[in-house]
Amino acid sequence: MREYTPKDDVQRKSYYKDRFFVKPPVPRKEISGDEIFLGDVESVKTIVTILESFIEADHLVLIVNPEDNFKVISHLKDVSEYDFLVELTAVDYVSKRGGFEIVYELLSTSKRKRIRLKAFIKVNETIQSVEPLFRMADWSEREMFDMYGVKVINHPNLRRILLPNDWSGHPLLKTYPLHGDEAASWYEVDKIFGKEARETVGPELRDSACVDRYDTDRFARLGHEVSKGTPISEGNEPDTPIRYQEEGGVKLFGKKLVTPFDEIETVHLKQRK
Amino acid sequence: MAQHKVNYFADAGTPIKLTTVDKIVNFGRSNSLWPMTYGLACCAIEMMATGGSRFDFDRFGTIFRASPRQSDVIVVAGTLTKKHAEFMRRLYDQMPDPKWVISMGSCANTGGMFNTYATVQGVDRIVPVDIYLPGCAPRPETLQYALMMLQQKIRREPSNMAQKAKRLI
Repeated sequence: MREYTPKDDVQRKSYYKDRFFVKPPVPRKEISGDEIFLGDVESVKTIVTILESFIEADHLVLIVNPEDNFKVISHLKDVSEYDFLVELTAVDYVSKRGGFEIVYELLSTSKRKRIRLKAFIKVNETIQSVEPLFRMADWSEREMFDMYGVKVINHPNLRRILLPNDWSGHPLLKTYPLHGDEAASWYEVDKIFGKEARETVGPELRDSACVDRYDTDRFARLGHEVSKGTPISEGNEPDTPIRYQEEGGVKLFGKKLVTPFDEIETVHLKQRK
Repeated sequence: MAQHKVNYFADAGTPIKLTTVDKIVNFGRSNSLWPMTYGLACCAIEMMATGGSRFDFDRFGTIFRASPRQSDVIVVAGTLTKKHAEFMRRLYDQMPDPKWVISMGSCANTGGMFNTYATVQGVDRIVPVDIYLPGCAPRPETLQYALMMLQQKIRREPSNMAQKAKRLI
């Protein structure tokens, strides 16, 4: 039999102990097990200091100082044959560690190995662009700047890539609200009509639980159409059958706009002459 | 060449049909509604299907035009992002009066499932909307029905140029 537990206030208890899913850590392996990665680490060690290195899910993870990123990637590209920069992004650790982790994913098509290079920068620090090495970094670094506000030095064209240039804030920061800040929520109104139109247009309606089927300002129901803003309530809803034309047809055409064609009465010009 | 014999005794003795300016103008307007070729997201696929041969918008006199200068109606078909809102309003402003707007699908009506910082929460924040068309995405029949509703609406309205300003600004 199942063990008895008191169920007096089971409904009141919080079902979830922690609100958010916490990912169990991926097991890390020693590098000594992999000859190719061992060679790569030895070769990188000759030019910069490696803060940490391990193998995680078949990726070699190298953590280096942020000022060394260009040197390491240049070395990995030219010497260690990592010829493909797959991904470049940042991770927001502002509240935990006061900065961002910059992540580079490299692939070697000849060795069939992947390296993940990580570097940690503080909030106001900058990072060197790797655009001269991989053209792919151009847009990725712009995206990183757009979404996190990480400034990249020596980038040829560092401006926003997805959001408009006059946007304020960086939306992938954990501090950025999902529904946007004050500037974001009025962005289109300010831009098109000007700030003085805010009162006329009104604030955004964000609460999807607020959808009301009797709200005729914003919605119409098929088969129950009314003009915009007509007040209706429960039971007071007019039932309109689906009509494809006005009652009695379009008024312009009465029954006989054109006299019907009559073959006998019709004369030909030649005969008349 | 055939000539029809005119029956002068029918229709009050004249071969003339009497009607009002409103009716004849609205007859022309409502039966040649030219929408703009303007699609934003998946609703545009349904709009294309509506314009294609199976559902055939052409039989309503509705032919998609490639320029706002030649369009009477704009179908906002899909999610309008805040970055794009400015351009959508500009296209609307470039259309000659009288002009109408069909807001097609949940995203254009209310922002729909995109309850985020980057999406306009209802296209009626930008342009005055005549027909709100529910659905995600609405079927082509629904868009055709919306067009017919718009035709009926146009026929009800006075045809003179001094049209009442619609809601926005």
